Amino acid sequence: MSRRFTALVVVAVLLAAPLLLGNAFLQRVAALVMLAAISASAWNLIGGYAGQVSIGHAVFFGAGAYSALLVYKLTDWPPIAGAPVGVAVSLLLACVIGLPTFRLRGHYFSMATIAVAELIRIVVSNWQFVGAAVGLMGPAVPRSLADLSFLSPLPYFYLFAAVLAVLLFLTWQMQRSRMGFYLGAIRAGERAALSLGVPVLRYKLLALLLSAGFTALAGSLYAVMVGFVDAESALGILISVQMVIIAALGGAGTLFGPLLGAAILIPLQETTNALFGGGGTGLTYIVYGAIILLIARFRPGGLLELLHWRRRRVA
Amino acid sequence: MILLQVVVGGLLLGAVYALFSSGLTLIWGMMNVVNFAHGDFVMLAMYVAFLGYTVLGLGPAWFIPLAAAVMFLFGLLVYFALIRHVSRGPMLAQILSTFGLALLLRYSAFWVFSANFVTLPDTLVGGNFAIGGLRLQASRLVAGATALLLTIGLDLLLTRTALGGRLLAVAEDRAAAQLVGIRPDRMQALAWGIGAASTGIAGGLIALFFYISPTVGESLALIAFVTVCLGGFGSVPGALLAGLAIGVIESLSAYLIGPVYQDVVVYALFVLVLWVRPQGLLGRA
Repeated sequence: MSRRFTALVVVAVLLAAPLLLGNAFLQRVAALVMLAAISASAWNLIGGYAGQVSIGHAVFFGAGAYSALLVYKLTDWPPIAGAPVGVAVSLLLACVIGLPTFRLRGHYFSMATIAVAELIRIVVSNWQFVGAAVGLMGPAVPRSLADLSFLSPLPYFYLFAAVLAVLLFLTWQMQRSRMGFYLGAIRAGERAALSLGVPVLRYKLLALLLSAGFTALAGSLYAVMVGFVDAESALGILISVQMVIIAALGGAGTLFGPLLGAAILIPLQETTNALFGGGGTGLTYIVYGAIILLIARFRPGGLLELLHWRRRRVA
Repeated sequence: MILLQVVVGGLLLGAVYALFSSGLTLIWGMMNVVNFAHGDFVMLAMYVAFLGYTVLGLGPAWFIPLAAAVMFLFGLLVYFALIRHVSRGPMLAQILSTFGLALLLRYSAFWVFSANFVTLPDTLVGGNFAIGGLRLQASRLVAGATALLLTIGLDLLLTRTALGGRLLAVAEDRAAAQLVGIRPDRMQALAWGIGAASTGIAGGLIALFFYISPTVGESLALIAFVTVCLGGFGSVPGALLAGLAIGVIESLSAYLIGPVYQDVVVYALFVLVLWVRPQGLLGRA
């Protein structure tokens, strides 16, 4: 009872915090934390729970982002109308990528996902129809509420938080269901899981589909907020890497790990960018590299594991 | 005739690919770990060569061995400080550790050397050869021939010497190797040293005719993955054949389809190989 109460208070404070901050920079950072938490939590489904380390999730993110602005460009509908298209394209891509690569284990899968993502990035950045090297723009001036174009970052924060809540609820349900245990078995040892009668391929694909769909949604939301997309910002390898790092920092395969990771890394990244301007990007990734290396070396379970470990010791 | 020129150019480039890829395949064969930072090792070696030339005033005959020595030590450092501790851990940790290293190296290079491309003067190994109507750049010819010889040398080291036997024994069965008095830890460290030294020499050779930039490792890493997959994980002769094949395929597709798509063709080939024959051409299932 008291734990549930504490959780409610924490959520309420988190939701109210941006309102109280009253600083547009901090509010923007809060919105970006939510957005990064969505894509990292989506990655977590396949990369964390199922243990299939994809380093090519930018493909799905990019599908969502490009679909939003492409639908706007072609039909003049609000960009968010492209989100279902992005999700559909993503699911299709997930099947095309997943079916062949899922026969590969471990490092092979990671290498294949990098290669596919780079392949698609190069093709897109040379494809006139989707803007090639120039990219795509959203509506310059908001025409109606449906364009979801706001000056204040607050509406974005609440929109992203709502999507994140849905995703985390689904993840929580999944974790407690048969699928959660199946994925755990697959992560622990694919051959053993298979020999115990776990339909490995089906559940890996299911996890990838869920993951791809929500990653695409995150991409669409990103495009709606920023109003611009090009190959580097939506399909670059660093987009994929960011999802992995955020999830791994907080704790891959845990419910709140990605949110924790996003809450630490995104403010860090935005601060270095604000302090050092364009040159900060390089510094950000030096820090990223160092963090990911240190987690892997000293705390492969992520920060959340540290917390649980201490709680068990105290209890 | 142009086609032949393209093919020979591809073979020369492919030999260099084979050299640094055989380092990756050695590391994989020894301990089932993929070095995601392998391309950035090559990048680092290129900068070592560059600094060797600009700061120390060394010629290619000196700065290439220098790069190899520096990278050998760097490989040992990476093994003892990082890989040794994650190699028994979860797979995510293995992937993250070398991936983190890749990011760290790539963007540290950005920080130190800036994003600008630098090149060594192309008169370092200057001149062109004309052989039977083919025109070959001397720098590429030297790079290709050296890389080819060294890759064959590495294979001979592994298959014909006692040291190579010890390395392969650990690759085959760690526990059994330990029982006959081989220290697996030492052998694995050595594999990282040799693997990194191969990037050192390859980096020095590539620097003779190619621009140097912090991000050059990104595409080189993918080329190494493709080479290793195509040749079969752990197989040096496989890496040699695959490297040569990829050099030719890359050059041909650049010539026939356009330079932008040369990487696309190679990556597509990679996915195809993973799909059809995951164990590679010469690999065992």
